[in-house]
Amino acid sequence: MSELVTVGQAFQQGLTEEMERDETVFVLGTDLFIRGGHFAQVKGVGPHFGHERVIDAPISEAAMVAAGVGAAMNGMRPVIDLNFIDFTFGAMDEIANQAAKARYLWGKPVPLLLRASSGVSLFAAQHNNSLEAWFMHMPGLVVVMPSNSHDTKGLLKSALRGDDPVLFFMHKRLTGSRGEVGGPEDLVPIGKAAVLRKGADVTLISAGIVVNKIVKAAELLASEGIEAEVIDLRTIFPLDTDTIAESVRKTGRAIVVSEEPPYASVASEIAASLQESVFEYLDAPVQRLTAAHTPIGHAPNLMEAVIPQVEHVVASVRDSIERWPSSER
Amino acid sequence: MEDNGTVATAPQEPLVIALDGVPLDDLGEWLQTMLVIREFEESLEALTANGKIPGSVHQASGQEAVAVGVIRALQAGDIVASPHRPHHHALAKGMTANVAMAELWGRATGCAGGRGGTMHLNDFSLGYFGSNGIVGASLGIAMGAALAAKLRNSGQVCVGFFGEGGANTGRTWEAVNFAASQKLPLIAICENNQYAVETYIGRALTGPSIAERASGFGLPAVQIDGQDVCAVYRATVEARERAASGGGPSFIEAVTYRYHGHNTGEVAGYRTDEEVEEWRRTRDPIDGLLRALEAAGRLDADRYDAMLESARTVVADAIEFAENSPLPDPATASDGVISLPFDPRGPK
Repeated sequence: MSELVTVGQAFQQGLTEEMERDETVFVLGTDLFIRGGHFAQVKGVGPHFGHERVIDAPISEAAMVAAGVGAAMNGMRPVIDLNFIDFTFGAMDEIANQAAKARYLWGKPVPLLLRASSGVSLFAAQHNNSLEAWFMHMPGLVVVMPSNSHDTKGLLKSALRGDDPVLFFMHKRLTGSRGEVGGPEDLVPIGKAAVLRKGADVTLISAGIVVNKIVKAAELLASEGIEAEVIDLRTIFPLDTDTIAESVRKTGRAIVVSEEPPYASVASEIAASLQESVFEYLDAPVQRLTAAHTPIGHAPNLMEAVIPQVEHVVASVRDSIERWPSSER
Repeated sequence: MEDNGTVATAPQEPLVIALDGVPLDDLGEWLQTMLVIREFEESLEALTANGKIPGSVHQASGQEAVAVGVIRALQAGDIVASPHRPHHHALAKGMTANVAMAELWGRATGCAGGRGGTMHLNDFSLGYFGSNGIVGASLGIAMGAALAAKLRNSGQVCVGFFGEGGANTGRTWEAVNFAASQKLPLIAICENNQYAVETYIGRALTGPSIAERASGFGLPAVQIDGQDVCAVYRATVEARERAASGGGPSFIEAVTYRYHGHNTGEVAGYRTDEEVEEWRRTRDPIDGLLRALEAAGRLDADRYDAMLESARTVVADAIEFAENSPLPDPATASDGVISLPFDPRGPK
């Protein structure tokens, strides 16, 4: 058993190993060298590799991402660290119109990793946008959202050895969460969901920190005789529809849980895909359990009031089974 | 420290304030406001450490003269927008310590009902167009307000504060250029406290000064001593007169210094304690004003002590007010997102 490390440390480890393995990998962002980023995600990496490979930038998001796109096209593997997912707004053309288009237009790969902390947490409306669906919607981008230390390190490695622009979203509230990690050659494949728990009665689907809530809900449901299958998406795009569909063919019901606003969400996409792929297997409508359609408030009770909690997941499962009892198959 | 020679970190010379061109009878109120700001800011480290204030906040201890000097040069109805380090602006613009503190605590009695916190303060009735969580965004909002002031011929002058970190984001210069090209009644105040989080200005910006950079956009731009409240006032009065008389925008770079970290709870590894101490000892904006008032025979030690005591009471009362205020009602969490009806639970 390996030592338990935080999600932040897992990122540091994976990045350090890849920077040692591949001299084209470098990191660029604000407040990286001394502070190690606002989530300590690159703590110690600066002093280890020096200013040539851990570059502190002015607060110029468009320039940072543009630098990453150009450098990626010219033989490097940049890690651009925007600290908060919300700061992608300041570089949206560089992400959506440059990084995402170069391979399609010119056949030119853009092996760029764009790291940002995401999810609902403190600091109110402008620092808590859930944008994974925005980027999922944009052809040309890969979107990754790990839920634990192991997958953070392993997905980071896959991203840094791949050829695509990868948006690597780490939930703010997972930063200090501890778990085991793999070794230098333990890669977690991009585009492959993980089945964290087997069950025959309902499929619970989530990504990032919300996975912890569906795992907890599954434990509570088990105590009342309901066996939930738990899927951690790990990658938002390409979406692992095979793993999801295979599970729902078995369970006949699915609930997608996320912290995003509900309209045009990743949860909506999964629900729509399931009704197309496994309609005849469904005992009940696929449910989306998302945040409310609202910005996020500063007061912690406002924040918690709008995102799905464990008890909501449990209640949704009970409600589904009550309203649409399983048919004989 | 690697440095492009933009601005020296070490104080050039001790602060000496000349009381020229300022309303002498108002200086007591200026000092009182600066003391309230200082006491307010100094209370926040403990309140975030013990969790009374959720998250962390950005304090402006050391930067009081910029807020007070600028805002006292404005007229009632003028507009101010702030970045993420805003408490000194809000308090100088007339927000009460109670309402500001309650907002930081996430309480229903705060200026945003607990929704906003430190980075989303606001009071439109005071002409305070909000603090902002996005670097450079405050100047854009002030610029737009200035466009409206011009279109409506309202006579308002609009001030957008931002930091020297914001002087490296593109939107800042788009706003400056737009204001210059449209001759908007805008004053862009770059509050250069020399560190963008941990990044020293000399590592992130080249050229002799930010003001010099701004002058390339074709508007009057000056670099001033941001610790000298009277110098800040005089520069702002001049800029305001120009703006109000149709002369267009001005750019003021006020060189200042923050005593605390970027945020409460920060462990600073990017500057020395000696550097901070040197600024506190030789260039403190409150001490500087106090010395000037004493030298002019306009203040004695007893009156100063009473002012300090009063400031402490204001802040203690604000903490008590916040503590006794209710949290917002969670049932209201998704109210008011747009004006039209919709189901916040999603398409069910």
